[in-house]
Amino acid sequence: MTHQRQNPIETWLRSDRMPHIWCPGCGIGTSLNCFVRAVERAAIPKDNLFVVSGIGCTGRVAGYIDVDSFHTTHGRAIPFATGLSLARPDAKVVVYSGDGDLAAIGGNHLMHAARRNVDMTVVCVNNLTYGMTGGQLTPTTPRTAVASTTPYGNYEHPFNLPQLADSCGANFVARWTVFHVRQLTRTLTKALRTKGLSFVEIISPCPTLYQRRNRLGDGTQTLEYYRDHSVVRHGANTAEVDIDFQGEITVGEFVTRERPSLRECYEARMREVLQDDFAPFGVRP
Amino acid sequence: MSVRRGVEVSIAVAEAAGFCDVDVVAAYPITPQTHIVEHLASLVADGHLDAEFVPVESEHAAMSACCGSAAAGARTFTATSSQGLALMHEVLFIAAALRLPMVMVVANRALSGPINIWNDHSDIMTERDVGWIALFAENGQEATDLVPICHRISEDPRVQLPVMLNFDGFIVSHMIEPIEQLSKEEIKTFLPDFAPVQRLDIDNPFTMGPVGMPNVYTEAKMAGEHAIRASYEPIVEIFKDFGDKFGRYYNPVESYRTDGADIIFVMMGAITETAMTWVDAQRDAGTKVGIVRFRLWRPLPADDFKKAVAGAKVLAILDRHFSPGGPGGPVAQEVKYTLYGTDNAPKIVEVVVGLGGRDVFPEDFDDIYKRAEAVLNGAPVPPFELTQVRGGHYGKI
Ligand code: SF4
Repeated sequence: MTHQRQNPIETWLRSDRMPHIWCPGCGIGTSLNCFVRAVERAAIPKDNLFVVSGIGCTGRVAGYIDVDSFHTTHGRAIPFATGLSLARPDAKVVVYSGDGDLAAIGGNHLMHAARRNVDMTVVCVNNLTYGMTGGQLTPTTPRTAVASTTPYGNYEHPFNLPQLADSCGANFVARWTVFHVRQLTRTLTKALRTKGLSFVEIISPCPTLYQRRNRLGDGTQTLEYYRDHSVVRHGANTAEVDIDFQGEITVGEFVTRERPSLRECYEARMREVLQDDFAPFGVRP
Repeated sequence: MSVRRGVEVSIAVAEAAGFCDVDVVAAYPITPQTHIVEHLASLVADGHLDAEFVPVESEHAAMSACCGSAAAGARTFTATSSQGLALMHEVLFIAAALRLPMVMVVANRALSGPINIWNDHSDIMTERDVGWIALFAENGQEATDLVPICHRISEDPRVQLPVMLNFDGFIVSHMIEPIEQLSKEEIKTFLPDFAPVQRLDIDNPFTMGPVGMPNVYTEAKMAGEHAIRASYEPIVEIFKDFGDKFGRYYNPVESYRTDGADIIFVMMGAITETAMTWVDAQRDAGTKVGIVRFRLWRPLPADDFKKAVAGAKVLAILDRHFSPGGPGGPVAQEVKYTLYGTDNAPKIVEVVVGLGGRDVFPEDFDDIYKRAEAVLNGAPVPPFELTQVRGGHYGKI
């Protein structure tokens, strides 16, 4: 008798949506696998988790994960999630999107969500390009890397996303690559348990566009590069974790702080002003 | 002499923009427009085009950058689709109100939700009121020719307005077609150097975009209305000049086999080509049916349209967008506005087809023809209808 073993994260996936659209060697699936395991470890009940995505290859996560999810417009995952988070303080709200979505068209929202320290986890799969539209330059593309809109290599200064999230005030900031599946799972678990905004950047290959156009090999070769060129530096100064083209990638948990979250600030101020007349909103009986 | 070669329409359109010697291209990636700006980025990088390519962080920023560059007097080009056009919305009004010449290609695509990357006209039709001149091309040759035409219209001292060039996303943008591409030299004989009527200039300082208090706002709007209506004459003149130079004549409204037609189909964009094939077969079988299509959409060429449909008893209007809970599709609305109160106005059968990339086949025209024919034979005019719906418009999906 043959046994067909179920994929361990099967119950978290909308299998009727498979096959998925991700290319062979793409890292987004790996990131999702780690994320689901982290949700299990953090013991977040399935019906108490919201996943909000923007547009792009990573944005498809909202369609594949079998929880309440919202596939929003390009760049607007964070504002949608801010509304959700404020209206459902009992739930865990996760924004799961790509670098193009979160740092370019939605960059403003990332800054302000971190500044306000909204209760949410932002998972940013950073493949250094726009995958879905054909590999254009994003604000995270390293200098000199070739993209379809910079055929002679990027000449712009890219964003260093951990520094951005840190300087705006996020409570937890970390980065791993999709090679570091165990570390990533642990970190995501921690991020999910953090009050206020937690930001986890996941460096991931886009073999179809970024790797191919820059002649960096396939998905496996990119994982080898991550293995050989990642340096773990917990608590590193985020100003020093920029990513240069094919250079060293600093990974680890960089920032853990306890700034009050938006909700806490709101409630504290309202109590101060309204005293006993204040009733916090949205806590389910 | 220009040669005819097989080329993807997006690439031909980008080449045409390059041959127009644009100075600034600011754009953000969005399907299905992407190949156009990617190709322009390569032209700039390869030194074939002396221009600034700005890979901005959103379409809102793209249109804002275009306004800045046009205000500085640079020949400006961009391209977008769908959500990108929607994100530009507020800046589109400003580009027109400030009389900033520029050309934007819109590879038409459906708006969310549900998320859909395929073709219909919901993106452009929800931007009808922004004050831009708008044209629709039905195939690659026309799209490519219209690029220098649009620049010339936009920059004409009598016009000085932004121009939007629409063609169907994927169906036209990604098609490889035989296209006769004008050379840079040929375009130079048609499109003079850009000489802006007004631009930001430190030696002659003035302000663009100040507050229009209630005491001037109405006049400013009226001036915009005059400007776009007055652009009709120059547009027709420029079409004619293009035809005289290169042999391809374009008109604000096109008619196809409408002689003695009782029923005329009215539509825009690429489905007209399918419709022409269908009409040929109908005419061979002796059916009196023809096609009228808008090429110019803003300013609305109402008089040309009236002339084109004169004598028809029934118009079958095919829309690619509709106003939920409102008066049906935009082309039908505007045709009704155009014909209201005229003597012997034809009856109007309105249908919505090809939403979100649903293909329109010749059989669909058979179906629409049947409805129009019933009205021709005295049946009451049916209400506007979404066709191609599983179970029918009023049925169960
Ligand atoms: S295009 Fe790139 S990011 Fe998108 S699925 Fe393919 S490999 Fe992944």
